[in-house]
Amino acid sequence: MGLYIKYFAMHLKSQMQYKVSFCLTALGQFLVSFSAFLGIYFMFTHFNTVEGFTFQETLLCFAVVLMAFSLAEMLGRGFDLFPRMLGNGEFDRALVRPRNVIFQVLLSQMDFSRLGRVIQAALVFVYAIPNSGVLWTWDKVVTLILMVTCGSLVFFGLFLLYAAISFFTVEGLEFMNIFTDGGREFGRYPFSVYGENILRFLTYIIPLALFQIYPLLYLLGRVTSRLYMLLPLVSLLFLVPCVLLFRLGLRRYKSTGS
Amino acid sequence: MISLKSVRKTFRVAKRQAGFSRAVKALFSREYELVRALDDISFDIRDGEMVGYIGPNGAGKSTTIKIMCGVLTPDSGSCSIDGRTPWKERIAHVREIGVVFGQRSQLWWDVPVADSFQLIRDIYKVDGASYRKTLDELTERLDLNEILKTPARSLSLGQRMRCEIAASLLHSPRTLFLDEPTIGLDAVSKIAVRQFIKKLNAERGTTVILTTHDMQDIEALTERILLIGKGKILLDGSLAELKKRSPEALDMTSEEMVAALYREFKI
Amino acid sequence: MKPYFGIFRLRFINALQYRAAALAGIATQFAWGFMEIFAFAAFYRTDPGAFPMAFSETVSYIWLQQAFLALFMMWFWEGDIASSITSGSIAYEMVRPADLYVRWFCQASANRLARAALRCAPILLVAFLLPAPYRMSLPPSIGQFALFILSAALSLGVVVSFSMLIYISLFFTLSPSGVRLITAVLSDFLAGATIPLPFFPEPVRAVVELLPFASMQNMPLRVYTGNIAGADALRGLLLQIFWLMMLLLAGRLTMKKALNKVVVQGG
Repeated sequence: MGLYIKYFAMHLKSQMQYKVSFCLTALGQFLVSFSAFLGIYFMFTHFNTVEGFTFQETLLCFAVVLMAFSLAEMLGRGFDLFPRMLGNGEFDRALVRPRNVIFQVLLSQMDFSRLGRVIQAALVFVYAIPNSGVLWTWDKVVTLILMVTCGSLVFFGLFLLYAAISFFTVEGLEFMNIFTDGGREFGRYPFSVYGENILRFLTYIIPLALFQIYPLLYLLGRVTSRLYMLLPLVSLLFLVPCVLLFRLGLRRYKSTGS
Repeated sequence: MISLKSVRKTFRVAKRQAGFSRAVKALFSREYELVRALDDISFDIRDGEMVGYIGPNGAGKSTTIKIMCGVLTPDSGSCSIDGRTPWKERIAHVREIGVVFGQRSQLWWDVPVADSFQLIRDIYKVDGASYRKTLDELTERLDLNEILKTPARSLSLGQRMRCEIAASLLHSPRTLFLDEPTIGLDAVSKIAVRQFIKKLNAERGTTVILTTHDMQDIEALTERILLIGKGKILLDGSLAELKKRSPEALDMTSEEMVAALYREFKI
Repeated sequence: MKPYFGIFRLRFINALQYRAAALAGIATQFAWGFMEIFAFAAFYRTDPGAFPMAFSETVSYIWLQQAFLALFMMWFWEGDIASSITSGSIAYEMVRPADLYVRWFCQASANRLARAALRCAPILLVAFLLPAPYRMSLPPSIGQFALFILSAALSLGVVVSFSMLIYISLFFTLSPSGVRLITAVLSDFLAGATIPLPFFPEPVRAVVELLPFASMQNMPLRVYTGNIAGADALRGLLLQIFWLMMLLLAGRLTMKKALNKVVVQGG
């Protein structure tokens, strides 16, 4: 943990060397998610609800997913840029250092310009939390925190999966975008609006729905079972195959060197 | 003590097709060829030895180095460094080695070199007292005092290489791997780097394994040369011994001699 | 014209080499298109009366958007052009005889066309064969299809000439990634990439329809579906021509200024 904080400080120091560039990129990141927000807002100027969810309820969803994604992206950028690390040989450096390899990949990059998105998510929370009609008792607060933290970890897992696949091929990697960027984009609406098949897929295969729609139903008081509150924790099981695949990829890298 | 026995390594390489119709064909099937990077490599290196590892590009130099560093696993054969197999006990092994990749930097581009060093100290968990001592020593020997506060991006190539070498020695490794440490350096920096490595070897007894294309590195530093070509060790001996192999070689510079060797072995 | 065809051919072959990348890209766009359509379908089910386009028009709009992603999206970026400006290798470009603006313009259009040509066919083919509500429809008439082709060509011109302005701005700014991100986000949103313009609230829409961004993907996609027809279509085409002229003019002028700056400052 100590080493993590030191790397955090170094990355911050590095990126602050280019303040103008940093601010413009952060502004750009803010605008990217702002345009997504605007899209939702415009849609709700024509419609009062979508599949039984109001604008404010949808925004709660949007903010949870955006916050979870942005935190994962900001801190897990090393996985995202892992193909580059493999390509330019910097990964070899990680292998000759006496630390866990996954940890070192994680440390290799952090991108603070993603704060632009985090701020956007925070602003939407400020609006949506009081206006969503949720009665904020302690269990609801815990639920919301679980949604964001577990969501972040699941996105983390997806980035790790992406890095793991890049051991085997760099050509088909674009497909992973549908889960990472797609998860962020389409997570702006409760996943139930996409139909049963999609929901089933996002429940059992790539468990994005476990930290989104199910606990949201609990927040809104539409279900009362505590199980729904705790489903975000179940989504963490997703990390297991991601780590295993990365290990497998590492073994392959050591035998092929490419 | 380093000992390699019958190390073999083969890579599978996809053929890229040129031309329009072939590119379309490659959509459906792709051909591979097997490249034998290392073919029965064996050698021993004693503690405190300095060895130059030479050979043309693609001969298998860096594959061997990667195996000794624990980055690659060979197909067969054994490699033992101070009693450890690098790819089996990676973390314990890499604590005892230092690696300088001449073409890549381990310094942070935008922050002062001293900060990079501090972080490396934390990675290797070097305790405070011995870190200070090592750093002071390296600073003096490599003349780093002036440049420790400078970000790596503002350093000259020579200054940066001195910092790279220091960074690889902060944890006082027993063995140092140098992959083309003098590439692109000016004459003054080359000499400084060579003198430093020589002293390091003489005073601390650090084992040094060096790959290079610069024969002056070899002349200045190493007693022993390993020549590798097409994945095989072709020669193993001192520079003087190599020169004695043929009468013409006596009048040649080291560079000419190596060129002659490359021709002789058709590599 | 021949060298520009050469660029097209080269890019096409290059793209073919990466078959898995192409397949993955197509699969991704399919999944993406489906999710978009499912989201719109949810709103449609909730209140069909409030839906500002015909549902089938929205479906065709989204499939076309996916098929021609590379043609109309601002965030496709000509890395070669941008880096030749930021790295200063522009000096070499200026020695060549061809007009630089024309050369870059053609390079950027050829690249977009090559990428789109490779991807549009499979996406459109499958989109036409899907079951009913998600199937892409044919344009209402042959005349309307001809208008679509015309509008698409103009739209490509507007997109490329606008991105030329952004490349040229790199002569004057220090943050390519920031500028790129900001302009791409704004123009894509206003062009109807996130949601088609008919879904914008009325007063906003009235203004946005007049901006150059509405001459980008908004026009051809809606003309194809028949959402814009007759006199509206002609007016839209005239507006496209107007904006194309303006952007070309602005590009020419700023380019001249930028190149003067390079000459004065020596690159």
